[in-house]
Amino acid sequence: MNVALLKPAPEHAPNDLFADARSRLPGTGPVADVRAASFADFAARGLPHRRIEEWKYTDLRALLGQVAPLAAVPDEAALARAKAALAKLDVTGTTRFVLVDGVFAAELSDAPDAGVTLRRLCAVLGDEANAVRADLLRTNATNDVMVAFNAALATDGVVLGVADGARPEKPLHIVHVATQSAVSIATRSFLQLGKNAQATLVESFVTAEGAHDYQTHDAVVIWLGDDAALEHVRLVEDAHDAANISTAIVTLGAKARFNSFSITTGAHVSRYQAFIRFNGEDTHASINGINLLKDRQHGDATLVLDHAVPNCDSREEFRAVVDDSARSVFQGRINVHPDAQKTDAKMMTRALLLSDEAEADNKPELEIFADDVTCGHGATTGALDDSLLFYLRARGLPEKEAQAMLIQAFVGEAIETIADDSLREAAETAAERWLKARS
Amino acid sequence: MPAVQETVDRVRQIDVDQYRYGFETLIESEKAPKGLDEDTVRFISAKKDEPAWMLEWRLEAFRRWQTMAEPTWARVDYPKIDYQDLYYYAAPKQTKALASLDEVDPEILRTYEKLGISLREQEILAGVVRPDGEGAPEERRVAVDAVFDSVSVATTFQAELKKAGVIFMPISHAIREHPELVQKYLGSVVPTSDNFFATLNSAVFSDGSFVYVPPGVRCPMELSTYFRINEKNTGQFERTLIIADKGAYVSYLEGCTAPQRDENQLHAAVVELIAHDDAEIKYSTVQNWYPGNSEGQGGIYNFVTKRGDCRGRNSKISWTQVETGSAITWKYPSCILRGDNSRGEFYSIAISNGYQQVDSGTKMIHLGKNTTSRVISKGIAAGKSQNTYRGLISAHRKATGARNFTACDSLLIGDKCGAHTVPYVEAKNSSALFEHEATTSKISEDVLFYCVQRGLSQEEAVGLVVNGFVKDVLQQLPMEFAVEAQKLISISLEGSVG
Repeated sequence: MNVALLKPAPEHAPNDLFADARSRLPGTGPVADVRAASFADFAARGLPHRRIEEWKYTDLRALLGQVAPLAAVPDEAALARAKAALAKLDVTGTTRFVLVDGVFAAELSDAPDAGVTLRRLCAVLGDEANAVRADLLRTNATNDVMVAFNAALATDGVVLGVADGARPEKPLHIVHVATQSAVSIATRSFLQLGKNAQATLVESFVTAEGAHDYQTHDAVVIWLGDDAALEHVRLVEDAHDAANISTAIVTLGAKARFNSFSITTGAHVSRYQAFIRFNGEDTHASINGINLLKDRQHGDATLVLDHAVPNCDSREEFRAVVDDSARSVFQGRINVHPDAQKTDAKMMTRALLLSDEAEADNKPELEIFADDVTCGHGATTGALDDSLLFYLRARGLPEKEAQAMLIQAFVGEAIETIADDSLREAAETAAERWLKARS
Repeated sequence: MPAVQETVDRVRQIDVDQYRYGFETLIESEKAPKGLDEDTVRFISAKKDEPAWMLEWRLEAFRRWQTMAEPTWARVDYPKIDYQDLYYYAAPKQTKALASLDEVDPEILRTYEKLGISLREQEILAGVVRPDGEGAPEERRVAVDAVFDSVSVATTFQAELKKAGVIFMPISHAIREHPELVQKYLGSVVPTSDNFFATLNSAVFSDGSFVYVPPGVRCPMELSTYFRINEKNTGQFERTLIIADKGAYVSYLEGCTAPQRDENQLHAAVVELIAHDDAEIKYSTVQNWYPGNSEGQGGIYNFVTKRGDCRGRNSKISWTQVETGSAITWKYPSCILRGDNSRGEFYSIAISNGYQQVDSGTKMIHLGKNTTSRVISKGIAAGKSQNTYRGLISAHRKATGARNFTACDSLLIGDKCGAHTVPYVEAKNSSALFEHEATTSKISEDVLFYCVQRGLSQEEAVGLVVNGFVKDVLQQLPMEFAVEAQKLISISLEGSVG
């Protein structure tokens, strides 16, 4: 699948990539320094491969070969194609912030509700009066190499703020549209919820007609203030030969509520890595997701939960339906820090294998340094239950339909965790579309 | 529950230091010069009077070892080991061709008595470890091979075993007497290139046990080996090879202890099991190497490679381990389920206290059709210890109908310790059915309160809960070991209840 990518000698490729992009990357001074340092880090380590424990099952060297050059700034025609793609979105009734090929498109985006502030990342990075602007490209949450790559090359993104106590009615919706082929798209967005604020964040990844073989490198950084609540839904519907490497870095304040759901049906190679840290007590987080994979798709969900303070709950449930020669990966780690007593953490992963070539790899980890905790994880892997299939077929359902019904039930249980009705419907539609394409 | 009362009593008897095997036996010994080079390997080989092919095998392993790097992925932390600062061979003197046990150095015999193994006692070893001397529930006979530092000092019941056709002898003798068997099987499960410690072992292993059970034979008694590290600054590298031919059955027990010393000592063993069609091997370990003192000084570094190969159809290999000792444990007894319908089992209790670090678990590699495996792991962390379960379950494309159940539970006692679970579950075909569950918790206050309210002391109550927690695994141990293990568990946890 890498034939369309530029193919210089591998050792020279990344440096050229950065040198070529450098002049158009927003931010000077300390921002440029962070970018250069991040890129040097990436160039030294290269794309992660199977010898890197965190990427053991998702060997990007084998799957991607290398990173594609950065996408050009979209022209009029590209924006028109992006607009057509937006018209097909299942999710409606949201405040849209549209990023086309990694650049914020104001003409396709909506104005934010009252209580919500919006700035473009490139504007913040370019604002020399802002002394801490370079911090947006730094993180303590992880030293993951793909996050470093993202810091080096992020061209744009949205910086959203929800004021203390504000409750914007419409969900905030970041839409990533790819219109170019054989390119990298690097974006980074931010959302800060003030105290007692309440909001819904939707992230969609879609493709304009005719875009192929691109790589999305996204990061989203979220802070929840004390007593804040966030509903978070991700829909990955990239083109079937695209790659989507996304990172979420979430910090939760005291008494916060975070409910996240991710559904991946698109992209040839996808990786969603979430680093979630509990910074205040009495906080609840629930992180769920499903991967629906077929053909030769590779879908990876990696979660790291840091229980740094006592009295927090977390629930994770990830499911995968794997058909053809697809491969699903789930890696979850719960870290309970030494003083995080009374932590209650549960992690569950289930994989449903529909074909003999399908593969599911699960690695649910617990790392516990406090004694007064209740932590558990479970992992199951298996095929559809024969006796259930038989029951349905005995009642006259054709095999495919019986299978579809059981898969729908399997997937539906996870989708039910989405609180918002219209978003839940959008996720259901995405799942149904996948099922239909199968039969 | 009398057993609990008894364990609690034992704990009380022990004052400050809980390690009761910490004595040193003062006997003369013969050592190889310090350090490791080809000459050391040649020296060991010559000492053992080995044939040329064996020396070649060792040297090849040694050369490969020099190119390898010590693994760092495990969650254990220890100062760098200077492999040139160790003795690779230490043997009690006058060990040549023992005709009977009478020729053994009386000091060694006393050591074994202290360990609770009475090698001489009416030539019948009933209740191997029952230091309290309470009545044996039944007369069971166990053939013992005792390995002292680098050499095997005594093997009992050889004649009787011979009658049944079972070969049970030190591996150094087997290399001379049964070269065809050794050559065929040695390194066939854990190849010399397997990993850093296994390769080191291949180069310098000095002794260990060799068992061959011929087709259709059910080994008439339990086989047992006691390993003892005595000398200072020595590494112990033993190698065990057990082969159960078609339809054979053997149960093998292994126990380990070492004196208390301030420095850390290295133990890098390799165990290979081979089960042919319809054969079954049951391998039980009670590992009680010196764990170091309460400050975390001293103790054994236990880097062990254990692997079983279910080579034939319907074969079965079962690992049971009780890990209470060692400063550092790095051990993953595994099963390669090659034969169709073969079965692998792993039952483990790993207890860490003080500054101990345990990184242990299993690998179940499903290759054949309809293979099944079961993993029950119970980790108990107390004091300032770190206890990690690390396991792999994998089913390959052709392993249709593979089935696994894994339960790994951890119990934390105290707020300075850590318990970690790192399972890898890899399914490469749709008919594989894998279930994995893990929990971590502390002893419920409610349960403790209930017990204490009914008149048990805090310590008795903890003993009761812990024994209940590990019961699933204890049941898998042969009788003699189960009694010992239960005591060990209480002793290991001594001082952990505040």
